[in-house]
Amino acid sequence: MVNREDLQQKNSNANHENTNRFEITKAKTGIQGLDDVTYGGIPENRPTLVVGNVGTGKTVMAMGFIINGITKYDEPGVFMTFEEKTDELKVNMISMGYELDKFISENKLYLERLHVDQMEIQETGRYNIDGLFIRLGAAIEKVKAKRIVLDSLDTLFTGLDDKILRAEFKRLFFWLKERKVTAIITAEVGKFFLTRFGLEEIVADCVIELNCRVHNQIATRRLRIVKYRGSYHSINEYPFTLDQKGITILPIVSESPQFIVSSARISSGIREIDEMLENKGFYVGSSILVSGSAGTGKSTLVSAFAEDACKKNNKVLYCAFEEAPNQIIRNMETVGIHLKNHIDSGNLRFYYSRPTLQNLELHLITIRKIIKEINCTVVVLDPITNIMYEDINSDMRTMLIRFIDYLKIEQITVMLTATITTTSLQLIQSHEGISSIVDLCIMIEEKYIKNRHKKFLYVIKSRGINNSKKDYELLIDPGGISVSPVEEEEHGIAKNIMSYP
Amino acid sequence: MEIEQFVFQLFVIPGTVDSNHAIKNIQMFCEKYLKGMYEIEIIQINEHPAWAMKENIFALPLLIKKMPLPEDRLIGDLSDTNKILKMLRIES
Repeated sequence: MVNREDLQQKNSNANHENTNRFEITKAKTGIQGLDDVTYGGIPENRPTLVVGNVGTGKTVMAMGFIINGITKYDEPGVFMTFEEKTDELKVNMISMGYELDKFISENKLYLERLHVDQMEIQETGRYNIDGLFIRLGAAIEKVKAKRIVLDSLDTLFTGLDDKILRAEFKRLFFWLKERKVTAIITAEVGKFFLTRFGLEEIVADCVIELNCRVHNQIATRRLRIVKYRGSYHSINEYPFTLDQKGITILPIVSESPQFIVSSARISSGIREIDEMLENKGFYVGSSILVSGSAGTGKSTLVSAFAEDACKKNNKVLYCAFEEAPNQIIRNMETVGIHLKNHIDSGNLRFYYSRPTLQNLELHLITIRKIIKEINCTVVVLDPITNIMYEDINSDMRTMLIRFIDYLKIEQITVMLTATITTTSLQLIQSHEGISSIVDLCIMIEEKYIKNRHKKFLYVIKSRGINNSKKDYELLIDPGGISVSPVEEEEHGIAKNIMSYP
Repeated sequence: MEIEQFVFQLFVIPGTVDSNHAIKNIQMFCEKYLKGMYEIEIIQINEHPAWAMKENIFALPLLIKKMPLPEDRLIGDLSDTNKILKMLRIES
């Protein structure tokens, strides 16, 4: 965490030196990931526009900004709604984990609904929205607000004259600036914003767009910083989730990766494999791929690693995408790996999800959340191929690289399994991608030799470790795992790998 | 027959152009069409922000016809006389 913040500091400093612009101070939203992609938050004491279609999460994001202001930064807030009744809003926000009543009673939050009934309005000449300013002013005064939300602007202005609107939009934004409150104003994509009217260009210093797209029947919400005057910002789209813990955005960390490189080592949990790796095991914070066809014992190796890490009091997160946790625990008992008591002690945590439920990026967001929650140092993804569809156009590889970079920055050791074999490498393009982004790769192959199926294990790639170049036979039985070097005459038969990335 | 009495509330911010026009326009209108049968209460909303919430006000100036019922609302500087007549259901 520490070094990422340093990094951001450096980035923003560098930006100032280059551009010589005025110093823009930022207010942290406290929303996971959003402060990363904006390099420190939204403009302080200025309005930010959040645009998106119905149901993209504008209200939740805006509420998150207000609630975090109260709980994390001691800044009271006003939430002015033009849509939902305040009671309905309270109920809806409970499902997002925000208990509004508590803050209202502490006089840190003020909710007000401004309802505009178009049927009631008849125009008889020039008018302005000073009435809104009076109400906003009173609301801000009431709780001494530093943050304010207007949700959403379209509802307020539908049915009013376009010419007057343009002028009044501008006045609203200037008024908010004068009041020195950090504001989020939500609006739908449509008539006024991100279209030919392009009002956002004139009025807001920071514009964030939310959208929701369906791909392969899986909907993904995404966020993009359209504009951020006076500040460096990322131009990519980032996926985000909404759940009981509010809103989370998958941050990027790979823009300028400056990792702490550790020389500390962590055991593989199997003595012989450690011996292959300079007798020390893996580097802490590195990524390890265990690859092989079905039934070669990938999950067993992973479980051995997880068990050993737990024994040494590491917090381990086991992400299972194929077998259910109970099944894994039972199966591993048969080869002498005991995971159950580590779950009880709190050192081991399972995350289980069928691949069809969500796509890769949403899995990664959820996993990242758990990582933060339990503060773990070892993560296992078993198997990664299950959550990667063979869609060449998708950005799965980028997603995975970003995630591995994130783990690296956090100094978390990650072990992935994949059903990658020498054959599948040639057939499926995405498979080659996975193996090239990890630091260390162990391959297991099954061969039929002298009327017996035998498993062979090789270290194919190991960045920064002088690994053993020998081939080993892998034996998994009730006594546990044993790995022994292959005899010379068998070697020739076993080894038929030409090249491997 | 009893003469119908019109009761208006006009919400303004004194000193603004639109509000000044509205005050002038409603007085002229009432003198012309409703002489002797109207009451206007002019409310300086900036002095009473609580009213803004109570009456759900956002656009100004705002004219509310309290009596006779039903209540009607007009926003703007009241320069469009025909619209006011239409709202009051008065034949010009």
